[in-house]
Amino acid sequence: MLVNEIINAKDLPVMEFDGIIVGGGGAGMRASLQLAESGLNTAVISKVFPTRSHTVSAQGGITCAIQSDDPDDDWRWHMFDTVKGSDYIGDQEAIEYMCSEGPKAVFELEHMGLPFSRTEEGRIYQRPFGGQSKDYGKGGQATRTCAAADRTGHSLLHTLYQANLKAGTNFLNEWFAVDMVLNTDGAVVGVIAFKIETGEIYYIKSKATVLATGGAGRIYASTTNALINSGDGIGMALRAGMPVQDIEMWQFHPTGIHGAGTLVTEGCRGEGGYLLNKDGERFMERYAPNSKDLASRDVVARSMALEILEGRGCGPNADHIFLRLDHLGPEVVHKRLPGITELSKTFAGVDPAVQPIPVVPTCHYMMGGIPTNINGQVITVKEGKDEVIEGLYAAGEVACVSVHGGNRLGGNSLLDLVVFGRAAGIYIEESMKQGVDLKEASHDDIDKALERLNKLNASSEGEQVTALKERMQQNMQNNFGVFRTKDLMEKGIQDLSKVRGEVENMHLKDKSATFNTARIEALEMQNLFEVAEATAITANTRKESRGAHSRDDYPNRDDDNWLKHSIYFSETKEVSKRDVNYRPKTVQAFQPTVRSY
Amino acid sequence: MSQVIPVEQLKSLTMSIYRYDPSVDEKPYMQDIVIEVPTDKDIMVLDALHLAKDQEPSLSYRRSCREGVCGSDGMNINGKNGLACVTPLSEVVKRNKLTIRPMPGLPVVRDLIVDMKQFFDQLEKVKPYLITNSDNPEIERTQSPEEREELDGLYECILCGCCSTSCPSFWWNPDKFLGPAALLQSWRFIADSRDEATEERLDALEDSFSLYRCHGIMNCVSVCPKGLNPTEAISNIRNKLINREK
Ligand SMILES: Cc1cc2nc3c(=O)[nH]c(=O)nc-3n(C[C@H](O)[C@H](O)[C@H](O)COP(=O)(O)OP(=O)(O)OC[C@H]3O[C@@H](n4cnc5c(N)ncnc54)[C@H](O)[C@@H]3O)c2cc1C
Ligand code: SF4
Ligand code: SF4
Ligand code: FES
Repeated sequence: MLVNEIINAKDLPVMEFDGIIVGGGGAGMRASLQLAESGLNTAVISKVFPTRSHTVSAQGGITCAIQSDDPDDDWRWHMFDTVKGSDYIGDQEAIEYMCSEGPKAVFELEHMGLPFSRTEEGRIYQRPFGGQSKDYGKGGQATRTCAAADRTGHSLLHTLYQANLKAGTNFLNEWFAVDMVLNTDGAVVGVIAFKIETGEIYYIKSKATVLATGGAGRIYASTTNALINSGDGIGMALRAGMPVQDIEMWQFHPTGIHGAGTLVTEGCRGEGGYLLNKDGERFMERYAPNSKDLASRDVVARSMALEILEGRGCGPNADHIFLRLDHLGPEVVHKRLPGITELSKTFAGVDPAVQPIPVVPTCHYMMGGIPTNINGQVITVKEGKDEVIEGLYAAGEVACVSVHGGNRLGGNSLLDLVVFGRAAGIYIEESMKQGVDLKEASHDDIDKALERLNKLNASSEGEQVTALKERMQQNMQNNFGVFRTKDLMEKGIQDLSKVRGEVENMHLKDKSATFNTARIEALEMQNLFEVAEATAITANTRKESRGAHSRDDYPNRDDDNWLKHSIYFSETKEVSKRDVNYRPKTVQAFQPTVRSY
Repeated sequence: MSQVIPVEQLKSLTMSIYRYDPSVDEKPYMQDIVIEVPTDKDIMVLDALHLAKDQEPSLSYRRSCREGVCGSDGMNINGKNGLACVTPLSEVVKRNKLTIRPMPGLPVVRDLIVDMKQFFDQLEKVKPYLITNSDNPEIERTQSPEEREELDGLYECILCGCCSTSCPSFWWNPDKFLGPAALLQSWRFIADSRDEATEERLDALEDSFSLYRCHGIMNCVSVCPKGLNPTEAISNIRNKLINREK
């Protein structure tokens, strides 16, 4: 069987659910659990078997003031750290919600069976992570990241999968969602998706669609992200005329393994590891006298990049930094960091209990994404005003609620997933009770959503994916990395605009209906491209340095002009500004000050 | 004896790969694809497959994390099941040749992709989730570090299927014998101090097939890419069953 013809809405089979969740990672499965437990007919659509989602790779832990290590810990301190970490463009209402609801969400995970590491008292083990403090930055380093050894993501994802099995969630595993279906009111009423094994295309109809498709780190040549992290949800939203927010904010993690890109957790430094330059100097003491190696990630990554630029990198090419752990002793390294030991041996050929690990700052996390409110409802901006898009929700890395602002703190993503996956679920459950009445999609509406897939399936000439992808990834790596500057960014934007046509008109040679990975890679490439272009244009527009966005030509933070979210629409390629939320409900807002660690 | 070729000497490498796409092929065949591998560093089998796919974009296999934690790319590499992404060429290439087939014992969907349905169906049978009857406390349940240690070597399973698809007992009775992966998960919950369904779990394993088809051949142990020991888990369950009969 081949799939090489245009298919029309009238011939398309339809499947119907109360709620669908596109994505079976941590965010998606926390949302689906909420819906399934409330008795709604819920389906998770995932392009990979759920436990193969990228959440499985998360290592260090989930940050939350559960008062295990420190009985006096306070979610408000966690909130303070997160606001500061965001370089003051995280929405404070959302951060307040995440930090205060967090403990409930973490305890729920434990009740589901998550095998957290334990303290002598039998409570959940917590480790220090970067950017954490006690008493609003005045009480020294806090110890707030809940961990299951260095396999927290794996434990969390498997636990959520298990809980969903128990709750009877429907799984459409190895199904690929292509584009959203919008009715004439602009509300989302489901998605076009195909079953990867057979190539059968469906309209999956739903009253609530949750995008939980994760990140897009594969826009860069070197990344800690899984091969499947192609920003599909971002692509879908931009094509549907919706905006993305703060998409220029990409986190470069200080410790990707040199050459391989695989991550070693910040938990290594939390357990007492530190960074060295070629002279054996603990250089972070110079850049961040108080927090040193546990300063926030943007700060550490920039310091490392500077050390390398100034010729103090390690190795024959002076192109990396050493992460030292051997002084902790084999006991700590093997017990607390067993996964890191395995990865270092496999990808760097070193045993961290004996030798240092060669590391470099590596693309890691997308702080920006689809703007939402704290109920997970997707927001668009019309004439400067926020407007909710009916029927559509987003949670997890694809969303920008925004708790991470310009820079995410370690361990805050896993918390974001479960808190806002849950919040979206709760809100949908409520709104279903009230009754949801959305206009049916017409054949025209559905045909529109089929356009991209049809074009690819019927293609008979054009470029291949591989070359286009490499070109884009190199471009992003060279021109939109840790340090950015106008000339390079403009060059990068030009190159992207040159290849857009080719990306839209790619040739899919392999038309097989059966598990066609070439088809998937082509569709993913188009999504990656949308993310890359949005990143490039927005990065060049934000004329300041804030959080992870660091410009040589505008080295300072500019609160007068840019204490704002950026909002980007792909139709116009224009960037506008949106107000940051400084209205938490139960505490005073934290005002911007100079950020030092 | 396997002869390990120093990677410095590798230039072109012949990969012999199992190909079958039911949409276009009448029957399966082995295809030789010659790739050029770097001489200055070791690469993983998954990287080699990417190089092969650059030449033959229709070549299909699953992959996601590329670091041995998601369990996508279990396959049969020169006769032994393993994860392509964490298997370096230097460990497996023999006489400058690398033969790759899908994991044995499960129906092939396409090329190196097998239908894992039976594998997951068996997993679901062991109720792989925590079962409790008592009320949840306000905060977390307590568990001592020693109790938690009982789960080490069990919770790390990535459901790659390498073990079950190298187990002869699973090949013969994939619908009745649960297989090493599912049994390891069964033990993971029996061994959890927080779980309250041990009796129910043991009852379900009493029949002559679910568990007792394991003949201790240990193939599962020798292939598990996470270094887990399903055979030991199975014998632990056996002991529990025997002890409760007394
Ligand atoms: C190596 C690494 C370590 C990390 N460690 C930590 C840590 O210790 N603590 C922390 O807080 N954060 C950590 N992070 C960040 C965190 O893991 C991620 O941000 C988070 O897991 C993302 O979860 P998610 O649910 O949003 O998406 P994912 O887990 O990426 O899931 C996305 C889902 O969407 C599905 N999907 C995508 N596109 C489609 C489509 N078109 N059709 C159908 N399905 C689709 C996928 O199949 C998948 O199920 C780490 C990240 C990396 C890269
Ligand atoms: S020990 Fe048992 S489960 Fe493992 S391979 Fe042998 S028969 Fe199969
Ligand atoms: S026990 Fe090992 S081989 Fe078997 S599924 Fe789990 S990780 Fe894979
Ligand atoms: S790709 Fe994830 S285990 Fe190999």
